[in-house]
Amino acid sequence: MNIVLAVLVIAVLGGLFGYGLSFAEKKLAVKKDPRVLALEPIMPGANCGVCGYAGCNAYAAAVALGAAPIGLCSPGGSSLDAKMAEIMGQKIEASGDTRRQVAHVMCRGNIEFTTKDYEYDGMLDCNAASLLFAGDNSCKDGCLHLGSCIAVCPVDAISKDEDGYIIVDEETCISCGKCVTICPNGVMQMIYEDSEYVIECNSHEPGGKIRKQCSVACIGCMICERKFPESGCKVEKFLSTFDQSVPHSQIADAAEACPTKCIIKR
Amino acid sequence: MSYIAILITFIFINNFILVQFLGLCPFIGVSKNSENAIGMGASVTFVTTVASVVTWAIYYYLLVPFNLQYLQTLSFILVIASLVQLLEMVIQKISPPLYKALGIFLPLITTNCAVLGIAIINITSGYNVMEAFTAGLAAGLGFTLAIVLMSNIRERLDLQPVRRSFQGMPIAFVSAGLMALAFMAFDKSLITNLHLV
Repeated sequence: MNIVLAVLVIAVLGGLFGYGLSFAEKKLAVKKDPRVLALEPIMPGANCGVCGYAGCNAYAAAVALGAAPIGLCSPGGSSLDAKMAEIMGQKIEASGDTRRQVAHVMCRGNIEFTTKDYEYDGMLDCNAASLLFAGDNSCKDGCLHLGSCIAVCPVDAISKDEDGYIIVDEETCISCGKCVTICPNGVMQMIYEDSEYVIECNSHEPGGKIRKQCSVACIGCMICERKFPESGCKVEKFLSTFDQSVPHSQIADAAEACPTKCIIKR
Repeated sequence: MSYIAILITFIFINNFILVQFLGLCPFIGVSKNSENAIGMGASVTFVTTVASVVTWAIYYYLLVPFNLQYLQTLSFILVIASLVQLLEMVIQKISPPLYKALGIFLPLITTNCAVLGIAIINITSGYNVMEAFTAGLAAGLGFTLAIVLMSNIRERLDLQPVRRSFQGMPIAFVSAGLMALAFMAFDKSLITNLHLV
């Protein structure tokens, strides 16, 4: 009898509140912009915040209001821009840079190649390690391998392989750039996905110094720039950078000639 | 206890956030600027006040006569959840910016232990309906006081050069801890010394 009473009381209470709420819902209904309703489901839904808004829905609402331009969403890319423009009845001019970008670690250093200044035994976070003499690597621009980027990635595209290298799954990467921002050494950078070559070093130290610290670093020897002017390589502050915006004819030869082999074919 | 004593107890001496550590989620989550903090405080105050009275009525007029006191938590949660849903609709209707600013923390008042806490404290303290109403109001006001103070501190902190590893949450937690220490100055003896009992 008691249990029946208990069930009855709770059921009556629940029914009463439920009925009251459904009544209030009708009374207090808020009309939503139909364009917002159309935009919300086509957003990528990663809520990464690269557009500058709190999440995908916030950005959709801002676009519908006309407060934000179409094209701030890098995970969605140009296909999303087209869909959004269709819903909003706008035309978007094709922007110059529609090639997809992915994050990439510009460092090949590891325990084997890179010397250490000290034994780091603290919090497993790159920014924490970086506070102590800019990290345990002798090279102060290299990857610390503690994985702050892994933690910050909204789509779990970054992981550590069995050798301890940080690798980015380029299929999953949504080009939000969060890992680029969190990296204390700036070793995580955005590159074009279809770029054939990449120079995997981030050190601006002169060759004599960096050779002692890391055996796979760019030593700024300028062979790539001087001997292969068509390679697209340019050495600045003892670090060669490869211009990925256009294809270059001599980059394969430059990669061959690089003494530390830090020009990598992807 | 007089009503003033109840007010002082729940605003200062047993402040829900800084002394009892109940309902900390919105305290950290919505204290980034004072405008939203006031909105959140007002919402919680509304919910605690109405919930206190409604749960009091349900307990004494429904659960006690049927001898169903063990259903207290379940039925209280039901009341609170419905109230918050109603509040959510009202806020969405009358103030969309506040609705957007409160975001996920508004539905989270549903499971805010401060609200359930005051409902249960009302019962265990044996308050009558007016005392329960006062306690609910005071608990909400205490929450508002704490969250508004916190938001003002955080607004000022935003302008200070804070060490990178302390920026954002860490410095907020440290400030909250120091505030809690400061609130320990309010003691039960305050009420006896003021001759309120």
